[in-house]
Amino acid sequence: MDWVAFSLSIKLGLVTVAVLLPVGVFVGRWLAYARFSGKGFVEAALALPLVLPPTVVGYYLLVSVGGATPIGQVWAATFGHNLVFSFEGLVLASVIVNLPFAIQPAQRAFEAIAPEIREAAAVSGLSPWSVLRRIELPLAWQGILMGLVLTFAHTLGEFGVVLMVGGSIPGETKTVAIAIYDRVQAFDTASAGIMAATLLVMSLATLGLIYRLSSQVGRRHG
Amino acid sequence: MADDALTVTLQQKGPIPLDLTLSCAAGDVLALVGPSGSGKSTILRSIAGLYRPEVGRVSVGAATWLDTSRRIDWPPYRRRVGLVFQNYALFPHMTALANVAAALGHLPRQERSRRAGELLELVHLGDLHGRRPAELSGGQQQRVAVARALARDPDVLLLDEPFSAVDRVTRQRLYGELRELSRAFPIPILVVTHDFDEAARVANRMCLLDRGRILQTGTPRDVLARPSSVQAARLVDLRNVFEARILSQDGPLTILDWNGRTLQATRSEAHQAGAKVAWAIAGTQVLLSRTDLDQADSQPNRFSATIRDLVHLSESLAVTVVLDGPDAPVLSMTLPAHYARRTGLGPGSVVTVALMPEGIHVMTAEGEGPSDRG
Repeated sequence: MDWVAFSLSIKLGLVTVAVLLPVGVFVGRWLAYARFSGKGFVEAALALPLVLPPTVVGYYLLVSVGGATPIGQVWAATFGHNLVFSFEGLVLASVIVNLPFAIQPAQRAFEAIAPEIREAAAVSGLSPWSVLRRIELPLAWQGILMGLVLTFAHTLGEFGVVLMVGGSIPGETKTVAIAIYDRVQAFDTASAGIMAATLLVMSLATLGLIYRLSSQVGRRHG
Repeated sequence: MADDALTVTLQQKGPIPLDLTLSCAAGDVLALVGPSGSGKSTILRSIAGLYRPEVGRVSVGAATWLDTSRRIDWPPYRRRVGLVFQNYALFPHMTALANVAAALGHLPRQERSRRAGELLELVHLGDLHGRRPAELSGGQQQRVAVARALARDPDVLLLDEPFSAVDRVTRQRLYGELRELSRAFPIPILVVTHDFDEAARVANRMCLLDRGRILQTGTPRDVLARPSSVQAARLVDLRNVFEARILSQDGPLTILDWNGRTLQATRSEAHQAGAKVAWAIAGTQVLLSRTDLDQADSQPNRFSATIRDLVHLSESLAVTVVLDGPDAPVLSMTLPAHYARRTGLGPGSVVTVALMPEGIHVMTAEGEGPSDRG
């Protein structure tokens, strides 16, 4: 068992979840309530990582933030190392790949709140911020949590984009999914088997949690 | 009192056409009545700030909440308004007490729970503080919604079809409670309904709306029995609307010629002799008898007729009769429920109908100007 890779995967999952929590809440809420032309396009763009091969996402990340690009150079000048093939680069890739997983369940949960409930809150004297805090979040939290659990589980299992953007640097970018691949390449099936079984159990547990949560989302409030 | 009145002016072409000005004094209950799409709910939403009309002005007392010409548009949470939604829109994750307390943001935190309890007592829900909306009946939910609407100490109370989701018995009780509330809270109260009886039971003024315009404003009794136009008469479901010609004005009476029949109505000054007019009579102002058949057609307002249909309702009897004569007009009336049993009336019975002169309401005929001389 490669504990370094395992803990790196957990860390990457948690950081991705931390970044995507506010993104999921605010973008999900915005898409649930805003009416504007081009909304379908925005939703489609945010869903792209669901259908694109991870290698395509990885490729575009390499050509947009790689060491030779302006963004990559500014990053390197500021932090002293390249964004790609670093943990930060992995976080960026993971956040982008997981956007639909965090946003869509949150959006559905906000949409499930009847418009009159939010209007009733406003005419009860609650400011927009209070409406979010006291009415919308308590009613939508299952959907938001579901998105985050999904994000975490998906991050643990991500392989292609991690390989493209992160390489396989132990302790820096070598996640458990990469480690399994490495061990299989080295004919160390025993280690690969333990790690694969661990991922399997963890994924099963998270999916169980997701199904439990999703049975409660989607039900319209009010 | 007049200082705290609500004044509303709204104008827009679409999507819901609006062109109206209305006001409601403190202590008044104004019913907004009209068919679906007449703009009733949009008026309430515009007052609450949930809908922004193209052109509009909403003021309560000295405060102006909306004035599109001066670019004033207060958000809903700044307007001191209590709104009871049609489906109540209670916060499903909160108890009854928390629902009411949520609207008490203007009070110090430690006082909110006590005040919310008082308001629930006021709406007779003192013992159900801890229940969530899903654990309350329709009538109880409605009361929580009213308590929440009152919690803000509103300058205006708005109720959007508040009785539509409760059963008939509960509704009767809630009517009484709303009247009590209007005495306890002397603020302008607007009730949207499409039920004329309901409007008459809860409101002291009524505004008849059609396609965003006000057809008539007055006491419910006046609007229902004395519609200002044939259009208004149709909207208030006054079925007995006919055309006639004015023969003469005779002291306290206006004499009408109704296709050869003579009618005496309470004097109507607005029309000259010879004018073509419309007239209407409420079903309750038509009397029916079987005894004085010989006097029918020889005296004004008495005509012989044949019963066409007779429907037993819970408290009354709905009867339609066809009058003799080539035009065979059909009159609808309501009689006490026991009447048919006592007199043995049924479809096909020959009867005399008598129209009460004070019940005959003369209006301008459709397509005629108000001062048309026919």
